[in-house]
Amino acid sequence: MKSLPITIDSVRKTYGSYVALDDVSLDIRAGEFLTLLGPSGSGKTTLLMALAGFVRPDSGKLLLGDRDITRLAPNKRDIGIVFQNYALFPHMNVLANVEYPLALRKTPKAEARQRALDTLARVKLEGLSERNIAALSGGQRQRVALARAIVFEPRVMLMDEPLSALDRNLRETMQYEIRRLHDDLGITTIYVTHDQREALTMSDRVAVMNSGRIQQIDTPQRIYDRPSTRFVAQFMGEANILAPGSVRTIDGGDASHETLMIRAESFHLDARLAGPDAVALEGMLRAKAFRGENWLLTLAPDGGQEVLVCIPSALAGGCAELATGQRVTVFASAAKAHAIPGAIA
Amino acid sequence: MLEAYPDNRLARIFLWGFSALAMAFLMLPTLVVVPLSFSASDLLEFPPRAYSLRWYENFFGSATWMAGLRTSLILGTLTAMVAVPLGLLACISINRLGGKTASAIQGVLLAPSIVPGILLAIGLFFVLAAQGLVGTLFGVLVGHVVLAIPVACIVLLPAVARFDWNQVQAARSLGADWARAIGGIIVPQLQISLLSATLMAFLTSLDESVISIFVASGRNSTLPKLMFLSLRDQIDPTIAAISTLWTAIVVVVVLIVTLRQKS
Repeated sequence: MKSLPITIDSVRKTYGSYVALDDVSLDIRAGEFLTLLGPSGSGKTTLLMALAGFVRPDSGKLLLGDRDITRLAPNKRDIGIVFQNYALFPHMNVLANVEYPLALRKTPKAEARQRALDTLARVKLEGLSERNIAALSGGQRQRVALARAIVFEPRVMLMDEPLSALDRNLRETMQYEIRRLHDDLGITTIYVTHDQREALTMSDRVAVMNSGRIQQIDTPQRIYDRPSTRFVAQFMGEANILAPGSVRTIDGGDASHETLMIRAESFHLDARLAGPDAVALEGMLRAKAFRGENWLLTLAPDGGQEVLVCIPSALAGGCAELATGQRVTVFASAAKAHAIPGAIA
Repeated sequence: MLEAYPDNRLARIFLWGFSALAMAFLMLPTLVVVPLSFSASDLLEFPPRAYSLRWYENFFGSATWMAGLRTSLILGTLTAMVAVPLGLLACISINRLGGKTASAIQGVLLAPSIVPGILLAIGLFFVLAAQGLVGTLFGVLVGHVVLAIPVACIVLLPAVARFDWNQVQAARSLGADWARAIGGIIVPQLQISLLSATLMAFLTSLDESVISIFVASGRNSTLPKLMFLSLRDQIDPTIAAISTLWTAIVVVVVLIVTLRQKS
């Protein structure tokens, strides 16, 4: 199957005075797994629906390969979509749901049946082909929706928060399976979610969106470690945004003239773990909480904002003995102190 | 505990009695024509002194009445066939459009059910006259469709509103054009509501007399129109026989549809 790259070129969409997409541009490589990540109302679903053909941009262009699809009808785009609520057809059984796109393409009956059965096997639903949709569990419905979206070999797949209705364990299994399916088929996939962990786990690249704009597009690791804006830093996990001068080097100098982002889990209680070029931060211990895999400490530096420190239980010798009100110094490797250009703490 | 919910026999008897009275009040005027229709007399008299089937023979033997029956059944069927698809499309559009525009369109669409029938009939008469369509079956059909669309919409609007629109988008993304998405995904799932709407549209046409009096003529006269004319010219129990048959047909159709909906 030949997958295609997607080009999104300054796409704008407004609803009255509300700007849903603010001149969004994005290039997605053929065969890439790209996640649009953002809070609700950030424009990620609007962008996905524009690609699907259900939202017409006010301006800008959408290209599939080198074909302009901005104004192409949704049924002519050959894009597989998995909807948040699966949108299975309850008046058809599992097999009929999966055969539906093939029937529309006038695929001969026997071939359509075979392809539908093969696809059902691929998503591990052998033997359920005659079931009614109402008789399926949430996870099984999810698999039928996947099968229906890939059976006609679309060149692009769009997924709109497909796992949000599943419980946590099932969600993790499906994350793995969707990614495996993507790798097997090599199909360009755009995945929408508001769950940052899901985005980091599954994607080749993540595009973080907020208020109709793409804040940053990068590999999961860079998005997490090297956020380019304060919003991205805070959306991706427990981030401490520290004003210039609030962090010192080990020998007491100013560590940075810029605003720094240090993740809660980048801190150590033991200076040796932070390495020779460590930065240090001192404050009064406000609160401590044991969370199983780690301890969460809340420090109040003199004259600064509260800082969250997350110490893995395995390295937390001494955490249990710390008393609130006590002064504590924490250390982080300088490499983990990331300057956010232009951000003001 | 039981004292808190006393088994108030008196109140229950009163409730049943009141309901029975209301039923009787609603039903008796309809049912009184039944014995009248089997009367042997030339006059409408109650209770009849002798019984016969002559008025039924008279009805089935009369070419005029039979033509009226035929016209009414054809019109009813055509009205349902035109009004229900149009109503469904209108409901889908209203649902998708949303906002003030949709409310305005809905208002206009439902207006014929609020405007007095006589005004509608006069208006329609002039419009049809200008097109040379007065007296044609088509003219009456237009009038009946205008009346039946609001009826169909009232049944279909809530059903369309409950429908999961993502299914249509899914069908579209899988390669279905509008016609296939509506025909293959929406229609099969709204079967019951569409059946109700069809029945209501059919009955609206069957029951309608004002527009028919204004617009229909000659061979295209509907049964209700002929009944009115016959009441004006001469009163004989044929009317009672037709009314009885009419009531029976409607009851049977409604029963069939209701029972099908339950199963």
